[in-house]
Amino acid sequence: MRQIAIYGKGGIGKSTTTQNTVAGLAYLGKKVMIVGCDPKADSTRLILHAKAQSTVMDLVRERGTVEDLELEDVLKVGYGDTKCVESGGPEPGVGCAGRGVITAINFLEENGAYTDDLDFVFYDVLGDVVCGGFAMPIREGKAEEIYIVCSGEMMAMYAANNIAKGILKYASSGKVRLGGLICNARKTDKEFELVSALAAKLSTQMIHFVPRDNQVQRAEMRRMTVIEYSPEHPQAQEYRTLAEKIQNNKMLVVPTPLEMEELEDLLMEYGIMEAEDETIVGKAENAA
Amino acid sequence: MSKKIDGITKESTQEMIDNALEIYPDKAKKKRVPHLAPNEGEGACVKSNRKTIPGVMSARGCAYAGAKGVVWGPIRDMVHVSHGPVGCGYYSWGTRRNLMSGINGVNQFAMQFTSDFQEKDIVYGGDKKLKTLLQEAKDLFPLAKGISVLSECPVGLIGDDINSVAKASAKELDIPIIPCNCEGFRGVSQSLGHHISNDTIRDYIIETREFPEPIGPYDIALIGEYNIGGDAWSTKPLLEECGFNVKSVWTGDGEMDKIAATHQVKLNVIHCYRSMNYMCKVMEEKYGIPWIELNFFGPTKIRNSLRKLAELFDDNIKEKVEAVIAKYDPLMQAVIDEYKPRLDGKKVMLYVGGLRPRHTVNAYEDLGMAVVGSGYEFAHGDDYERTSPEMPEATVIYDDITEYEFEQFADTLKPDLIGSGIKEKYLFQKMGIPFRQMHSWDYSGPYHGYLGFPTFARDVDMAINSPTWNLVKSPF
Repeated sequence: MRQIAIYGKGGIGKSTTTQNTVAGLAYLGKKVMIVGCDPKADSTRLILHAKAQSTVMDLVRERGTVEDLELEDVLKVGYGDTKCVESGGPEPGVGCAGRGVITAINFLEENGAYTDDLDFVFYDVLGDVVCGGFAMPIREGKAEEIYIVCSGEMMAMYAANNIAKGILKYASSGKVRLGGLICNARKTDKEFELVSALAAKLSTQMIHFVPRDNQVQRAEMRRMTVIEYSPEHPQAQEYRTLAEKIQNNKMLVVPTPLEMEELEDLLMEYGIMEAEDETIVGKAENAA
Repeated sequence: MSKKIDGITKESTQEMIDNALEIYPDKAKKKRVPHLAPNEGEGACVKSNRKTIPGVMSARGCAYAGAKGVVWGPIRDMVHVSHGPVGCGYYSWGTRRNLMSGINGVNQFAMQFTSDFQEKDIVYGGDKKLKTLLQEAKDLFPLAKGISVLSECPVGLIGDDINSVAKASAKELDIPIIPCNCEGFRGVSQSLGHHISNDTIRDYIIETREFPEPIGPYDIALIGEYNIGGDAWSTKPLLEECGFNVKSVWTGDGEMDKIAATHQVKLNVIHCYRSMNYMCKVMEEKYGIPWIELNFFGPTKIRNSLRKLAELFDDNIKEKVEAVIAKYDPLMQAVIDEYKPRLDGKKVMLYVGGLRPRHTVNAYEDLGMAVVGSGYEFAHGDDYERTSPEMPEATVIYDDITEYEFEQFADTLKPDLIGSGIKEKYLFQKMGIPFRQMHSWDYSGPYHGYLGFPTFARDVDMAINSPTWNLVKSPF
């Protein structure tokens, strides 16, 4: 069983990419489980065709304690026999979502969700690694393989570099490795080159360049992956290619994150960012 | 400085300290050195209020302990909520022996209230549960005068907004609800919990009530008296016998309405300076109420304190005070006559909190004993300044002492009695040294005032002269 965690900047398309990739693996006949590690609980809706399901933490809240839960209450099966679990958690601004992820994953482990017939487990993790709870999927004995979803946008690349820093911390004490960057294209300038260059700097690869295509949105309207919605469409083929690449990926590295200056130099090199003029820093538009 | 102990010099004490620190690694030694010193007679001779070094046993508590156990907990007619997981609440339930009058559950609430956090409360936040709890407390105990919400660590970690819950519920339930952000991880000891609690009294309680009767010239408040083993039931009547009206006690057997009206008194008498000097200073600045720190342990200090107090008032009070002293002095002399022959020359080491490491020194001396070492768990510089003049010359002063250092000092000084807490008790008893638990008066008390001294003398005699000690062989 290979356990894989997907990280990336918020809104970059982690959940869409994860589910389409998982659908690709299922299409190839693989047994997969998705563990959604985001209080929004939208990591499995395209597989389950269901907007929201009973999450681990929602049921814990309803029933009192985690001991009152059974695995079948939270483990649902969707497209291609893919098992789906959502950790769930609080609304923004209250409580501790990170603790919810820890509680949920502990529950899955203790109740035997990680069965031997599984080929892959995918963790779809909220935005940046903001606290220990969201690093839970890459702690000892869990996901050893990480893919970062990014694009050629500046902030997405900052986030990718920051996540690489987090991975480095866990890599030095354990077996967790970076498998590559998945470029979820936004059609920015020189996107392919830029993300490839960043990947090289991080000592990894851009494992696949997923082009932008509205077919993804059309499928999402029906709460489906492209692979299920239109298996013959070229975009479906892109995701199957990504799935195959991940299946065959042997390039697992300890990342070499960039210093902020190095990253900015890279962005300037590709014309994403202009050189800073120190003389205008802190001056208002109309200042003399 | 007049008091001297045979065989104790600045050099001998320093040598004992150096020997005790010998075994430490350099880093730990460097940190501990400033916290241990021979008494210099004036000023603070040790550094204090610093983080405990790792790798040692410390007797310290946490900010929550300072808020729940010390300042808020003793107020008898309020419900005090330990907000968070159940353990902190359970282990702070009545352990301090701050006694209360009244009927439990009716007009007094010496029971344990907790929001008993579970995983789901951590993940989803405990604000809704707190709101429900406050409603239930009000429904179950309609005579409660107010509710304090005392935060345990997780509440601060997950960022629950207890202040807004308290505000909304206070309005809805028409009862004062005081949120106290005293998470245990804040600060270096329970001391910060005292300070935070004083600040919440300042922000939520003081000046919200008035005394029903007109204010008189002899109206005072007793601050930092927590009624341990019934201490306040000794000191309050004593002050009343001297002609004062003790309008409120902070916070031993305390009542919320009276505490809230304390801004009207003429003088604040403070016992435990460490835990309540903050509010004395607030009341001085804001309402012009002077304050005086008095010591009611042992007849000598009681006599001096009462006269010092009388100096601030008219002849009426002065006469009454002299009459009280004249009445009790012979009774106290009888106690001394009985116990002194058995206690004369005995040596004591103290390690407690608040005021006792300095306030009780003279009570032992009244019985012919000598305190050969003293220190605090959570004191600040101003506490040590007040301690130096009370202690004999060159005796060892220790701050946040480790179990190891304490053991080494006891081994050298060979005291006849150690007065400290439950964590130290069995260590020293196993060493064959008589011990009294001096945080809680060891299930006895009161020790305060004239009423307390005979009990104190009896207990000390009982500990030191118990025939039990002849049956165990001391290892040294």
